[in-house]
Amino acid sequence: MDAPVVELRNVSKHFGEGPTRVDALRDVSLDVHPGTVVGLRGPSGSGKSTLLNVIGCILEPNAGTMRLNGELVYDGRWLRPDLRGLRLEKIGFIFQSHNLLPFLNAWENVAIARTLAGATLARAKARALELLNYLGVEHRKDAMPGQLSGGEAQRIAIARALANDPRIVLADEPTAALDSQRAGAVMDLLRKVATERRTAVIVVTHDEKIFDRFDHIHLLRDGALEAMQAQAA
Amino acid sequence: MNLALKDIGHNLGRFLLTCLGLSLLLGIVLAMIGIYRGLIQESLGLVRAADVQVWVVEGGTRGPFAEASRVPGDMREAIAAQWGVAAAGAVAYQNVEAQHRGATKRLLVVGAQIAKPGEAPSVTAGRAILRSRYEAIADASAGLALGERITLGRDSFTVVGLTRDLVASGGDPVVFITLRDAQKLQFDLAPAAARREAARATAAAGSTDTVNAILVRLLPGVDPQRFVREIARWKHLSAYTQAEQETILSRSVIERARRQIGLFTSLLLVVSTVIIGLIIYTMTIDKKKSIATLKLIGAPDRRIIGLIVQQALAMGLISFAAGAALINATHGLFPRRLVLEPADAVTLFGIVLVVCLIASGLGVRTALKIDPASALAG
Repeated sequence: MDAPVVELRNVSKHFGEGPTRVDALRDVSLDVHPGTVVGLRGPSGSGKSTLLNVIGCILEPNAGTMRLNGELVYDGRWLRPDLRGLRLEKIGFIFQSHNLLPFLNAWENVAIARTLAGATLARAKARALELLNYLGVEHRKDAMPGQLSGGEAQRIAIARALANDPRIVLADEPTAALDSQRAGAVMDLLRKVATERRTAVIVVTHDEKIFDRFDHIHLLRDGALEAMQAQAA
Repeated sequence: MNLALKDIGHNLGRFLLTCLGLSLLLGIVLAMIGIYRGLIQESLGLVRAADVQVWVVEGGTRGPFAEASRVPGDMREAIAAQWGVAAAGAVAYQNVEAQHRGATKRLLVVGAQIAKPGEAPSVTAGRAILRSRYEAIADASAGLALGERITLGRDSFTVVGLTRDLVASGGDPVVFITLRDAQKLQFDLAPAAARREAARATAAAGSTDTVNAILVRLLPGVDPQRFVREIARWKHLSAYTQAEQETILSRSVIERARRQIGLFTSLLLVVSTVIIGLIIYTMTIDKKKSIATLKLIGAPDRRIIGLIVQQALAMGLISFAAGAALINATHGLFPRRLVLEPADAVTLFGIVLVVCLIASGLGVRTALKIDPASALAG
């Protein structure tokens, strides 16, 4: 098996101090390997979003170590000052409400991520069209976000997440706003991305309909990883 | 990919509507500056039109534009006989209300000697005054036509020539008549009042040959300052160079108007700053989710700042251009003259750009505080 692209060791995160202290993550250790689709589930307030924010280098943990794609990025402190650059390079994000920029059309929403990484507009556009074709929405390339269906918008958002060939894709409830058929289609796409591009996909979800689409599901309760279940992919 | 332009394009109607409102504001600022410039040009126009080097006025006064100045009419010959004088002409100024086509017109009547300094400068239509009585040259803004007759005091005058852009500091059109007519106009009384004065026998005690100033054109090479010093020794007269007379006029007559207009202009610029600031802030708040998403996917701060600052600058640029175009198109409709100088427009444009940068500060501050994690929340 390939080396994990996400390695968390004894990561803890708390908010507040003293009597108001809340332990959002407690000694969480997690490995996610390339080509796998991993689910994070748990009740509200269990720490799923906090864990996603920590892996996405948005929230700084209080303790532990974290490696992304083999690079030690946290060891009691952030080891890279440019965390946005780190995200741009290594991580793709998919949101519950797709979060497409309303003033850009479909291909521009994908290309923006590439141009932020320094690509020319021509190259970024070529890459965006390639990804839209890969995800089956090239015919909607000129549509504005308001003209897209929920499923189409989510595919565009997936294309944006893949624009810079990230090794890790973090998805926060990507199927919450979709019906079961479209939710299944989105999960199929994420599976395709993981398999064909050797990307590690981590999905936070409450959606029981898609539990059978994960390689592993991690259950979080009160900030701790409680159990790990193997699922049939 | 320019995010600022994309966002503007997405909300084009709202953006243009905002620019329209702002352009009216900036147009007013430009108009205020134009009115001020017009005020200076109009006020100094009459003084400059005389094309003389020295103004001789009543001793101890600063001349007819600042206060009452009365000089005996026969002093013009004495002044003309001085060394270095090429020509001297006496002038009298008085404000007159005249009836014209059923409307009351307020005019500044200038009495000047024919072919002497102080007479009407270049006439744009018609001819100069040739007859010693009852001919007038009027500024085009008075609305008089060539050959038309106008009653001033108890006499009727024929308009024989027209000038352009020659008005008093208050904006009243200038009408030139001969000095003799002007003096008569000044001292003529209604019949009943004339009979009363004659009965009191006081009228004979005063001379009607008084003028407000004597304008002196010097021979080439004669130093006006030296001539002024020579005249000052006469005690009952004061003399000023052309530059000094212009300074007196601008200081005493225009200064308060300048301050007033300056204050209004500053207030309008402050209001513009506040409006641009609030609009940019509102636009930033509207884009909170987009900015959080951009930050989350890795956009550097400079890209976010660029988005906001470019929009503020675009707003300033478009609004200024529209405001300037509006004022250029409508400046002829203003009751007072508007002088739009390119240098003023460039300066105001620079100020508008600075104002936009200041105004975008609040939006930039807000944008930089947006937590990228908020993009993940629902």
